[in-house]
Amino acid sequence: MYLTKEEERILKGEEGYVKQKAMEIIVALGDIYGADRLIPISSAQIAGVSYTSLGDEGIEWLESLRDCHVAVSAMLNPASIDLENWRDMGVSPEYASKQLRIINAYKRLGVKPICSCTPYLVGVIPRFGEHIAWSESSAVCYANSVLGARTNREGGPSALASAIIGKTSNYGYHLVENRKATVLIDVSVKLETLSDYSTLGYWVGEMIGSGVPYFRGLNLRRSEELKALGAGLGTTGSIAMYHVEGVTPEYAKALTDQVERLNFTDRELRGIYNKHFKPVGGSVELVAIGCPHMSLVELEEVAKLLKNRRVRRGHKLWLFTSIAVKRLAERCDILDIIRRAGGEVYTDCCIALAPLKSLGVRNIAVDSAKAAFYTRLLTRVNVSFGNLKDCIGSITEV
Amino acid sequence: MIIKCRTISRGYGEGYVLVSPKPISFFGQIDRTTGTVCDENHPLYGESVAGRVLVFQSSRGSTVGSYVIYGLAKRGRAPSAMICMEAEPIVAVGAIISGIPMVDRPEKNVFKNGVFVKVYADRGFVEVLD
Repeated sequence: MYLTKEEERILKGEEGYVKQKAMEIIVALGDIYGADRLIPISSAQIAGVSYTSLGDEGIEWLESLRDCHVAVSAMLNPASIDLENWRDMGVSPEYASKQLRIINAYKRLGVKPICSCTPYLVGVIPRFGEHIAWSESSAVCYANSVLGARTNREGGPSALASAIIGKTSNYGYHLVENRKATVLIDVSVKLETLSDYSTLGYWVGEMIGSGVPYFRGLNLRRSEELKALGAGLGTTGSIAMYHVEGVTPEYAKALTDQVERLNFTDRELRGIYNKHFKPVGGSVELVAIGCPHMSLVELEEVAKLLKNRRVRRGHKLWLFTSIAVKRLAERCDILDIIRRAGGEVYTDCCIALAPLKSLGVRNIAVDSAKAAFYTRLLTRVNVSFGNLKDCIGSITEV
Repeated sequence: MIIKCRTISRGYGEGYVLVSPKPISFFGQIDRTTGTVCDENHPLYGESVAGRVLVFQSSRGSTVGSYVIYGLAKRGRAPSAMICMEAEPIVAVGAIISGIPMVDRPEKNVFKNGVFVKVYADRGFVEVLD
């Protein structure tokens, strides 16, 4: 791979140990994937934030990175807990202190302590064709597919390395030729809810594993549907990009003659709801919505569903979003309606990473196939999956 | 014997070879504190990677694996070097942040358990001692 004199200097350690390690990571990945050179990025979104996944080793590593500052705007993935209101979640001070140490270590490097899987909703909006280094799989899908920015699915250390250097290696989805469709998905069933879009993504990811799906037959009404679709795709597959006919910015040049075809019908949709996951039933104790983090419109929708209803005693409704959207919801009185009905809005965190077992929760319901998959895997509680209305209905009363 | 390789993580390391006949995940299959392979279904079950030159086809699993390697290195329980047929990002990044020398794509795979090797990762070759 070609390196400029400046890049060579950093690699030799002439700008310090941390930048040297960062450059080594970027160059090694470039070599592995056959990159020709490094390219500048405009922002980074960094995974490796929750204490649950990072562990004590991860904290040790982050705290060892000293005397260095990121070169571009950088934000974080969701953490395990609400950084301000973790006590309300029932999290122990010991656990919280580990999580806050991680956030502080990133902060010392100049990374913004904004933890969200929807950076594009809260101020980091790359333009078409811009190179970025993002980690969170649904954010990667949204950036590549909906915004037309260019990023690979970065790991935690590689996204941080790119933030420190301000560059990434030129391979994968940074190259136009790798952004073409590899499979055409004919959708013949009418998708109604965000859970339906999440299910479509989940099914396609499972069927193809990797590649770039091209969707035909979608009748989109709002951008949240694309957010849900990408989250599903990134869960079961290593998918980083998709096209929607007539909608996403690169669809017109995406199709080639070689693509395979798959059909998504009512049968496939019902199959994921009924066979793959447990349908929402009476035993639900906690409903968690907000995977990926909710937009203002989604919070408003929940507030409408809660009209004249309230969360039953002994049950919980947890809504997850970013700090910015929560403030907006507060201004619009949406937060107040949700709270008066017994719901709670948490920021910075993610249901799949929350220490649910130690909170004594056994049965939860979610409206996102991604949340269902990861919460089952990571927290070992019983998880059921259904649409927003059914989830909310299961724990509320008039 | 000198075997040419590609540099993945710089440095020099030496030790007795431990070959993993199956892909290995540092997260889940190796004990985070001791470096002992703890997955009963893995052919290296019960073996320790500490101080050995770990030779493997490829690795797999969660990105958390990078940090597990770092933790092992901190406790002196990591491999002294790694030789991989085809490197993938998780172990490559783990090796770099931990300062463990690592190479991949050896021109010949002559590595057998118990053979002593010197890994010159900076210079892109491995010396196999008879």
